[in-house]
Amino acid sequence: MSTRHDDTHAGHGHAHADDHARTFQPDIEDAPFTHYQVMAQALGDLLIEKNVFSADELRRQIEIQDTRTPAEGAKLVARAWVDAGFAALLARDVNAAAESIGIPAGDIPIRALFDAPALHNVIVCTLCSCYPRQLIGLPPAWYKSREYRSRMVREPRAVLAEFGTMLPDDVELRVHDSTADQRYMVVPMRPAGTDAWDEARLAEIVTRDCLIGVTLPRV
Amino acid sequence: MQVNPPHAPGARVRVRRAYPPGHTRAPYFIRGKAGVVADTAGAYRNPEELAYGVYDGAPLRVYRVCFRQTDLWPGYGGAPCDTLYVDIYENWLESETEVA
Repeated sequence: MSTRHDDTHAGHGHAHADDHARTFQPDIEDAPFTHYQVMAQALGDLLIEKNVFSADELRRQIEIQDTRTPAEGAKLVARAWVDAGFAALLARDVNAAAESIGIPAGDIPIRALFDAPALHNVIVCTLCSCYPRQLIGLPPAWYKSREYRSRMVREPRAVLAEFGTMLPDDVELRVHDSTADQRYMVVPMRPAGTDAWDEARLAEIVTRDCLIGVTLPRV
Repeated sequence: MQVNPPHAPGARVRVRRAYPPGHTRAPYFIRGKAGVVADTAGAYRNPEELAYGVYDGAPLRVYRVCFRQTDLWPGYGGAPCDTLYVDIYENWLESETEVA
């Protein structure tokens, strides 16, 4: 094979760089593996080798995780806006509320943080990137950044302003640092002017960032 | 088995000012700071033991503790009513008796 390859090259009679110079922007996998990447890869390989689960089962779990989207959280909020009984259940037990309308929310307890006229909630995990993944999918990259994790507790109003969210000074800004075994989602207030809207239309304005609390639903 | 008496909602507590080595789940910026118990968040095995393979330790209560931002940061630039709620395992909390 290599001979033939060389022959072909010889047939070209050129230096590669001259006719089709290729410069590659480094891709993610071009960076050296970190310790934790190596450990995660090795752990996965070992568990497959020991038949704890199969490669396909691992793949399937990742696939399931990736199907979760903020649209699930938006459905919960929209339902709570139109159904006081559901709102009460959501306030007590997010996982049960989600299951009751056919949305799997996993086993990790999730708590709903309801905004009020004098209260706005926002979530952060200063120690890592805890997020209600089982319900609304993977967090955005900025949520995991050191800048967000440190500034959201130190100067939260400045961070919200950078997201375009200005809060009056008489509204309590309550930052929730989810450092333990519970996850959080924000339930914003239903905006004025949406009285005639049905649930599906309401759900459309509850974006991922509303569920984190860095913005508010816009009509 | 839980050996510490529980902190009631409204109780004033202080986060231990301790800096043990290894895996911890109490953020540095609240160590030594006082807050008020908002409510409880269940009981879970201690992540500081789980991190080292100790899986049979006693569950710890987790509290949601409310701090005033102005108590945490000198020159806090937000509103005086702003708060920070942190989930804290009971091994990090001490009862705080008002001195003043």
